[in-house]
Amino acid sequence: MIEVENLTKQFGSKHAVEDLSFTVRKGEVLGFLGPNGAGKSTTMRMITGFLPPTAGDAKVCGISVVDRPSEAKTKIGYLPESAPLYNDMTVYGFLKFCASIRGLGGSAKKDAVERAIETCFLENVAKQSIDTLSKGYRHRTCLAQALLHDPEVLILDEPTDGLDPNQKHEVRQLIKRLGEKKAILFSTHILEEVDAACTRAVIVDRGRIVADGTPAELIEQSGTGSLTDLFRRVTTRDTEQAA
Amino acid sequence: MSSLTIYKRELSSYFSQPTAYAIIVIFLIGSLGLTFTFGNFMRIGDASLEWSFFFWHPWIYMLLAPAVGMKLWADEQRTGTIELLGTFPVSTWSAILGKFLAAATVWLVALLLTFPIVITVNYLGDPDNGAIIAGYIGSFLVCCTFLAITMLVSACTRDQVVCLIVSVTVCVMMVLCGYDDFKMAVSKSAPSFVSFLVDLIPFVNIANIQTGIDQTAATIVEGVTSIGVWEHFRSLNRGLFRLQDLVWFGSFIVLCLLGTSAILSSKRA
Ligand SMILES: Nc1ncnc2c1ncn2[C@@H]1O[C@H](COP(=O)(O)OP(=O)(O)OP(=O)(O)O)[C@@H](O)[C@H]1O
Ligand SMILES: [Mg+2]
Repeated sequence: MIEVENLTKQFGSKHAVEDLSFTVRKGEVLGFLGPNGAGKSTTMRMITGFLPPTAGDAKVCGISVVDRPSEAKTKIGYLPESAPLYNDMTVYGFLKFCASIRGLGGSAKKDAVERAIETCFLENVAKQSIDTLSKGYRHRTCLAQALLHDPEVLILDEPTDGLDPNQKHEVRQLIKRLGEKKAILFSTHILEEVDAACTRAVIVDRGRIVADGTPAELIEQSGTGSLTDLFRRVTTRDTEQAA
Repeated sequence: MSSLTIYKRELSSYFSQPTAYAIIVIFLIGSLGLTFTFGNFMRIGDASLEWSFFFWHPWIYMLLAPAVGMKLWADEQRTGTIELLGTFPVSTWSAILGKFLAAATVWLVALLLTFPIVITVNYLGDPDNGAIIAGYIGSFLVCCTFLAITMLVSACTRDQVVCLIVSVTVCVMMVLCGYDDFKMAVSKSAPSFVSFLVDLIPFVNIANIQTGIDQTAATIVEGVTSIGVWEHFRSLNRGLFRLQDLVWFGSFIVLCLLGTSAILSSKRA
């Protein structure tokens, strides 16, 4: 459902993403790992059609985001890294706005908003103004926005960032549950999440894939039985880079 | 369709916060206050409102219109919501249109709320209401022009203050250029400015130089006046619908909006 083909992004002379290729099929949850600045967010921004790639293409449900962006965007639900929201709206108003911009109307819109509020546990803050929300609730509101139109493809940039342990657990369960019927790509810095929610994981470093496999395969590759060891071995640490 | 959704959101954002109310109140106080004081509305009995009322509008807009438009893209870039907007299935163009129309609506409301002055002139005298409507249209077009400029500037920066300062400067230039006193000053200084430039360039043909200077100076004066809003505003103000004015305003606005779209897409590349 997500096909990334030789995706490349250059900022000036800097290569943020270099010749990246992978696919995520329906029913798969792909964990996207990598050190800070590896190019995870940049890759996601290109797949969602926010950034135009320097080279290569990404296809969502067979639709190229480069050639037919508006069509591809209807298939995607996206949670950006910083969970941006319109601060002058209420949670309910914001979700209603997002639903109508997704082309939902009437009772379908109302149902979609209520379902998203329920899924993301936002009942208590639905009438609250967004600029008074705590960080975790902001994050969940933005996640709710990504689920509104029941997209076939979900792209979540650090969906558990800033959530409390209960909510982290809930979101992982949610990702796992949704993953049965959708294609999900999500990035994270918490390696336990790979085991908890992913069917497959890739590790990127400086714009290139350095490891790819199911959680079990990756643990086997590590030799020591710990994903952290593998992660530390295959990615460059800033200290080495500076040297 | 998606323009309409964005339009509604922007409009409710203006009216759910103090911005729109503050702007409208200041505009009403400013425009009506100036009419009755410096405009000498009562004494000269200006029933067409041309000099006492509409004359002041560009001066007020050049300061206040950027305050309405400055947040349109600057805020979106600062808070990162542009990433949401950019991944929704809407074109940049419909977002631009929705936002622009929302800001224009705030000003339309402000303008409509000056209706007491129309009632007053109709009560006191026998004005040409057609000319008054033309005056309102001209005034609204000037305002939209300034909003379009502000929108263009706001696409360039994530900082609202920078946007405000730059767009006020541009709008002030547009009001001053073509204002008669300013035009006179320019035509006086243009020839000496041009000959100063000519002195800097060695080896020019001295024989034809004076006519050359005069021509260049005239071109400068003409160029400066043509970017000013007055010429186009005045004729509408007199109740004259000239196609060229409408075309001028229309193409200026469309050009600014196209520029906005170009800047927004180039920023992402
Ligand atoms: N607009 C931009 N202009 C210039 N460089 C950029 C821009 N956006 C990202 N980069 C660079 O691209 C590289 C990849 O950034 P990216 O945000 O994709 O990293 P990331 O993997 O998401 O990191 P993190 O784990 O910290 O979120 C970084 O070196 C970053 O500095
Ligand atoms: Mg990131």
